[in-house]
Formats: sequence, structure tokens, C-alpha cells
Amino acid sequence: MGKKLLMKGNEALAEAAIRAGVKGYFGYPITPQSELLEYMATNLDARGGVFLQAESEVAAINMVYGASGTGTRVMTSTSSPGFSLMQEGISYMACAELPCLLVNVVRGGPGLGTIQPSQGDYFQAVKGGGHGDYKLIVLAPNSVQEMADLVYLGFDLADKYRIPTLILSDGALGQMMESVEFPEYNVEEHLVDHSSWTTIGRENGREQHYITSLHLLSEKMEEINIHLQDKYKIIQKNETRFESIQTEDADILIVAFGLSSRSSQKALELAREQGLKVGMLRPITLFPFPTDEIKHLAQIVKGILVVEMNAGQMVEDVHLSVGNNIPIDFYGRMGGMIPQPDEIVEKIKDLSKQVKI
Amino acid sequence: MNEELIIAGFGGQGVLSMGMTLAYAGMVEDKQVAWIPSYGPEMRGGTANCTVIVSDTRVSSPIISSYDTAIVLNQPSLEKFESRVKPGGTLIYESNNILNPPTRKDINIYAIPATVEANKIGNAKTMNMIILGAFLSKTPLVSVNSIMEGLKKVLPERHHNLLPVNEKALKRGMELLK
Repeated sequence: MGKKLLMKGNEALAEAAIRAGVKGYFGYPITPQSELLEYMATNLDARGGVFLQAESEVAAINMVYGASGTGTRVMTSTSSPGFSLMQEGISYMACAELPCLLVNVVRGGPGLGTIQPSQGDYFQAVKGGGHGDYKLIVLAPNSVQEMADLVYLGFDLADKYRIPTLILSDGALGQMMESVEFPEYNVEEHLVDHSSWTTIGRENGREQHYITSLHLLSEKMEEINIHLQDKYKIIQKNETRFESIQTEDADILIVAFGLSSRSSQKALELAREQGLKVGMLRPITLFPFPTDEIKHLAQIVKGILVVEMNAGQMVEDVHLSVGNNIPIDFYGRMGGMIPQPDEIVEKIKDLSKQVKI
Repeated sequence: MNEELIIAGFGGQGVLSMGMTLAYAGMVEDKQVAWIPSYGPEMRGGTANCTVIVSDTRVSSPIISSYDTAIVLNQPSLEKFESRVKPGGTLIYESNNILNPPTRKDINIYAIPATVEANKIGNAKTMNMIILGAFLSKTPLVSVNSIMEGLKKVLPERHHNLLPVNEKALKRGMELLK
């Protein structure tokens, strides 16, 4: 590990991307993500990459599409309304199996909404987002350190599976400062040989490489769909990541990701001080979702509380994992508001009464 | 040790930089730190606040409901945060900017005429360092040296000629609450 630095989440993410060997950044400014773009504008060209401010998010994602076709590490970042604009391009990339890193520093919606933090884009992130049957790998940091760490993982997974990988962050994680250490990371050791498909000019009469998402024959299109679904199954099997906190003796299990897992962790500590046995399961990958782990924990605990900064989105995936075997409660704040630890403690107490602890 | 504080005032009073300096100083001393601004569309003149946490152990949440210490530099901030200081906690306020003082009896309250003191020193912008000094004399979270290390990071290099006057302000603030 290197030296400890105090950085904003947006800056830490950008610095990690440069260290992970990103060669192209294409983006368009939007609060609360702009520090990321600004950091790239200041640093990327001088450190061997290309920074380009596009004329819109639609242009930016299509630049990512084109540049990714060369097999180099490329990325874009935006915030919610901008991410909606990118969906068409992301669907194309998912179909064409192009690796890239996407970052959504989520703000409150719907609409232009607020510039405050939110998790209202969960469905859009994990259920596809654009048209057609596809998935992204979705990583959810909950600290400035993870804003950096998950960048390396994101690029590695994108390259390994030829899939766009999304870091789903939020405005608070982007804006807040915590200490961060950048790990040793030798880019050359992590790069994957993409020469079998890249479009970088034909040499020595090799067969033509053709990157497209247009397949007019439905038989061919179904074949591609089956291939994609098989790939997603492999990812589900191999790449699920989560953190378990004090689940060993827990009666109540909190499930929370990203920033709301930080509020929840504080609530967990406060509740334990009052003698309530609370644990937490924090998904780090939102796709693939830690279904098996939640299913397993549901057999041990008496009730589950899902905490999110939205109207209740991940809670649906918890229901799908657990079924109706135990009570599942939900607490959420919307539109840029953040669940406060003491509010969560109240919900824990309510649930404890309900399940007779 | 785990200190959770809110610093609040008008934009331009040095609210965010005071918090950032403290966070840097904590990191210099190998503590766990978090700094989170309430960022909004407002800039100079609007309200601004930041939460700072300095801790010996991992910071669970940068989002907190109540504070060990509130440092408030204007009336709207006092009204917003007085009730959110933990019983037995500390409230430090800038008495030149606040006409209706706090009224709670279950917390420690200190009035600092930091604007007047900063003018005496000859640089009105060091008001935030006077307040920070006053806070540190009651809650010695980090050393003066660490604060100065932090300030070197927060102040752009072209303003490093202002480090001595800031140090003077910091020490003046510490004297005020000795």
C-alpha cells in the first residue's frame, strides 16, 4: 500500500482509474460527479491517456463504445439524468460485449431532481437499464477507499468477461473526504489479450473483426442472447461479493448497500448498545446479487430490515432471495434525503417487537 | 476517542476549509477521519456546513444524527444545530454574528468574538482559525503542528505566505478559552 491521502470520493475514483491504466475518458459535466471529470481533465493527458469532454452524455457513451473496440481501458462517468441518456449506448455495448467502466454518482430523482445523494437508480443499474435482455456487473462502494478499490476490480472484471461494469455510487460518497491508500497494481499484469476481436486495423490478411449489435436474423439474435445469459450465469456463480458484519449472533439482519450501509452500521452499533442483536449483510456486487448468502442468513435471523435511499428497490431482490419465510421490513428516504442512524434504530426496535424478541 | 462535530455558517466564512484542515490534521496523526460537506447550489453567502469525524477506530457512518460538538458561525446555523448537540456536549459560537444566543442548559456553551479578534490580528479571514483554536483548547483532538500540516494542504500554495498569520490566529483562539 502507498501513502495515506485525504481525498474526495470522486477524486479517489479518478486517481484509481488512472493507476488502473485507463487510456480514454469521455464525459460530460454534471453535479455531483463533476470533480471526477475535472480530475481527469487535469491529470489524464499528462499521464498517458486521452481526456475528452463530449458535447453530451449520448456522445460520450458512443465515444466509449468506439474506443472500447480497440480493447484499451476506457470509461465514462456521470450522474443520474446523464446515465439515463447513456442507456442506448450501454445496451449496444452489452450486446457487442465491449468492456468498459461506467460510473453513476447517483443523485435524487426522478427527473432532473436534486443534486443530493440517492440510490434511486438501483433498478436501472441491476435490471438492465436500457432495452433488451442484458446485465451489467454492478459494484457498490460504501467508502472513499472502496471508490478507489472497486475501480481496479471493475476494470479487471470488465476485461475478463467482456462486459460493461458499473460503479453505482452516490452524491455523498462522491463529495465526502476520507483517507485512502492506493494499492500496488501493475497494469501490465492485469491487461487481457483482446487481439481476437479488436478493430485496430487488419494485418497480414487475418480475418476481419466486426463489432456490432445489429443482427437482423432472429435465429442469430437468439444465439447471442443465449450466450449472454450463459455468461451472466457464470458471473453469478463466480463474482458475488459481500461483507457480513456481526451476523453470527444476530436476531435482526439489516441489508443495505453503499452510503445507507454506513448509516446502518452506525444504527447497528447504537442498537447493540441497547442490547439488540443486530447484524448486517452488505452487498458489494449488486449484480450478481448475494442471493445465497441472504437466503442462508434468513434461516438464522428472525427478521430482516432493508435500508435504502429510495422507495424500496433492492428490497424486491431480498424478497426474491428469501420468499415469505420471515418478516422483511423496509426503511427508505427519497429525493436526496439520507436515512439517519437514529431513524433506523427506531425501525429496528419496531421490527424486534413485531417478531417478539 | 471518537469526536463527531458539525461546523456551520455562511459560505465564505471558511466553514468547509476549517473542517477539512481538522480532518487532514487527524489523518496526519494516523486517526480515522471523515469530512462530508452539505453541498448545494448555494455558494458565497448561502449556508454551508460540514460534518467532521475524527476517531481512533473505523468511522462507521459519516451521516450522524447528533454531535459531540457544534461550531456555529451564524444565526440560522445555531437555530438548526443547537438541538442536535448531545447532552453534555459542546457548542461554540461566533458571538459577533449571533444576536440570539443559545439557551440549552445541558451542554457546554462558549461564545467567541472571533470576528473582532481576527480584525485585531489584522486578517479578517482568520476568523475560522480563531474558532478552531478555541475548540482545540477545550477538546485537544490534534496538535497545533498537525493543524498547520493540514493547513498546508488546504491552503493553495500561492497563499502559503498566510500560514504564519493563521498560526497566530489559532493560538489566539486557544488562549481565549484557556
